[in-house]
Amino acid sequence: MSNKIQAFLVSALWLCIGAVVFAQEPGVDAIIKKANDASYYAGRDGRADVKMSIVDKKGSTRVREFSILRLNVQGNDQKFYVYFKAPADVRKMAYLVWKNAGKDDDRWLWLPALNLVKRIAPGDKRTSFVGSDFLYEDVSGRGIEEDDHVLVKTTDSEYVIKSTPKDGQSVEFSHYSIWIDKTTFLPLKAEYYDKNGKLYRRVEAKKVETIQGYPTVIEAVASDLKAGSITKNVFSNIEYDIGMKERIFTERFLRRPPREVTR
Amino acid sequence: MQLRALVLIVLCVLMAALSASARGQDGTVLDRLGIDVHGFLDMRGGMRTQDDAYERDTSLGEIRLQTDISRMGDVAALQVRADFFYDDVAEETDLDLEDGTGLVDLREANVLFSPFRIVDMKIGRQILTWGTGDLLFINDLFPKDWQSFFIGRDEEYLKAPSDAVFVSFFPAFSNIDVAYTPRFDADRYISGERLSFWDSMGGSRRGCDNIVHAHKPDGWFEDDEAAIRVYGHVIGYELALYGYNGFWKSPKGIDTQTEKATFPKLWAYGASLQGPLGSGLLSLEAGHYVSDEDESGKDPYVPNSELRLLAGYEREIARNLTAKFQYYLEHMQDYGHYKASLEAGQKARDEDRHVLTLRLTKLALNQTMTLSFFAYFSPSDEDAYLRPMMKYKVTDNWLVMAGGNVFAGHEDHTFFGQFEKNTNVYAALRYSF
Repeated sequence: MSNKIQAFLVSALWLCIGAVVFAQEPGVDAIIKKANDASYYAGRDGRADVKMSIVDKKGSTRVREFSILRLNVQGNDQKFYVYFKAPADVRKMAYLVWKNAGKDDDRWLWLPALNLVKRIAPGDKRTSFVGSDFLYEDVSGRGIEEDDHVLVKTTDSEYVIKSTPKDGQSVEFSHYSIWIDKTTFLPLKAEYYDKNGKLYRRVEAKKVETIQGYPTVIEAVASDLKAGSITKNVFSNIEYDIGMKERIFTERFLRRPPREVTR
Repeated sequence: MQLRALVLIVLCVLMAALSASARGQDGTVLDRLGIDVHGFLDMRGGMRTQDDAYERDTSLGEIRLQTDISRMGDVAALQVRADFFYDDVAEETDLDLEDGTGLVDLREANVLFSPFRIVDMKIGRQILTWGTGDLLFINDLFPKDWQSFFIGRDEEYLKAPSDAVFVSFFPAFSNIDVAYTPRFDADRYISGERLSFWDSMGGSRRGCDNIVHAHKPDGWFEDDEAAIRVYGHVIGYELALYGYNGFWKSPKGIDTQTEKATFPKLWAYGASLQGPLGSGLLSLEAGHYVSDEDESGKDPYVPNSELRLLAGYEREIARNLTAKFQYYLEHMQDYGHYKASLEAGQKARDEDRHVLTLRLTKLALNQTMTLSFFAYFSPSDEDAYLRPMMKYKVTDNWLVMAGGNVFAGHEDHTFFGQFEKNTNVYAALRYSF
């Protein structure tokens, strides 16, 4: 009898250890899901001011300043509002995106000089965002189901994951590796390899701070290793859960920028 | 002329000093008041590529300072955007804020506020736009500046300002915009001042020595315009209904007594739809122009009623390369009556004017360079209008651009063919601050 109890206790113990080990080392899909949530879905809504500096190979610098609003809606769908403040020729332009997970996004551009709300045709998400080394997809997120993910390595502090696109024709890379922080689940680095297997692009989180309980990247750098250009994004005035209304993300507030971006 | 140039230079220096002080340090008067000052200085020149017996060789020669002064408050947003310019080609040099001639073109001067939670109101001088066409307009009957468009000013100048009250209502079921213009704002139409054209009534070309002097309806609250749009989203598509009551925007009529060009009464209604189709964007728009003063279409001095249709499709055809195709139709309603009303020897237009447009836009060099090509082609009129353009942002502040306006046609009287002698090229340099 006591043997049976002992056996039971031992196996129960093993089960617990197994569960603990399993909790410590989630499957690769769970890691990717958590990383995606941490990077793009923190809070119910969020705002930030962004200063983007693009430095080309020759060292000349271009600067873009904008405010960005984000609201999580149903499922993985989101709405974004980007309000430009600099340079002068794009000042007061606004950009509205309804991100439809798994489908093309709906996008509008507000051109103040023409008083025109211009609907933009769906575009390749792997093109430059406002002429920087960040891509549209870096800003709004890449669907996690678009790649196959393999956990390559686990270090003391990071998971290293290799992701290979399911549809290789649709993108310019052959695969990429991401380094994900084990505690915050924020991706700290991503490296992209071209079709010849050569590293050509890197995106890094340089500074992370916890804001209102959400680990947040406050400085990010994207490097185009072929062209030799580097873009640095510095985020400030970050706030989460400010109770943003969905009606902000409509034509009305393209014509009349909301307080959340103008103040 | 010298005095005007001097005034402009003084203004430039003043504005530059003002903007430098506004941005240089915190705590200037403007900063404390929350007032933003921005704008640009734009120098632009253009010339005809062929002789035109009716116009100068120089098609464009101007220096322009735009100042945009705005304040976004919690209660209201104020904006004054004005262009101070010296234009070497203009014949008309008297200051006229309505036509934008003289020294100042006041683009905007308005206040925007929300009197109620579901109402926005913008009062004053403003640019108004709606509809789904790309450089083609059906239900957008707000004033255009065709002259600026054809001589190579920046595309924003195609829209001329309105002095209006623009009220938007946002009830739960849809969005409603109403624009009321208490005194008719006409297009800045082709008068012959800088672009020669075919005068179908007179049966001859006209240019700067024989400018059209139109009789513009100008009674406050009497010769007014009203436009309405009701729009909303239906399963991913934007659906809109439109109405307009006012006048033909360009002087298409003739007063037989004074022989002056007139703006006959017009009312219009229509609808549009825009949304995704495949991997692109589909636009459909239709409008019915009802020429109130000549419902039967028998009067040769008043334009006939028309049905206008537009279908467009836009998609990205390669990375950073977008193509947009449009088909546009102007169908004259009472063509038989129109033909019967023509005087002997007068050239008749077709019952249906078909126009195809193609826009190609290529972004290059990290989006600092834009290469754009826009072509209008009418198989029925057998004429075309091409707008090649390139612009390059040298730095965040400096922009250079160059382009052309190429008109071609078989006959003198067709819409684009009549401008054949105005084919021009232009170049510009702009500093934004």
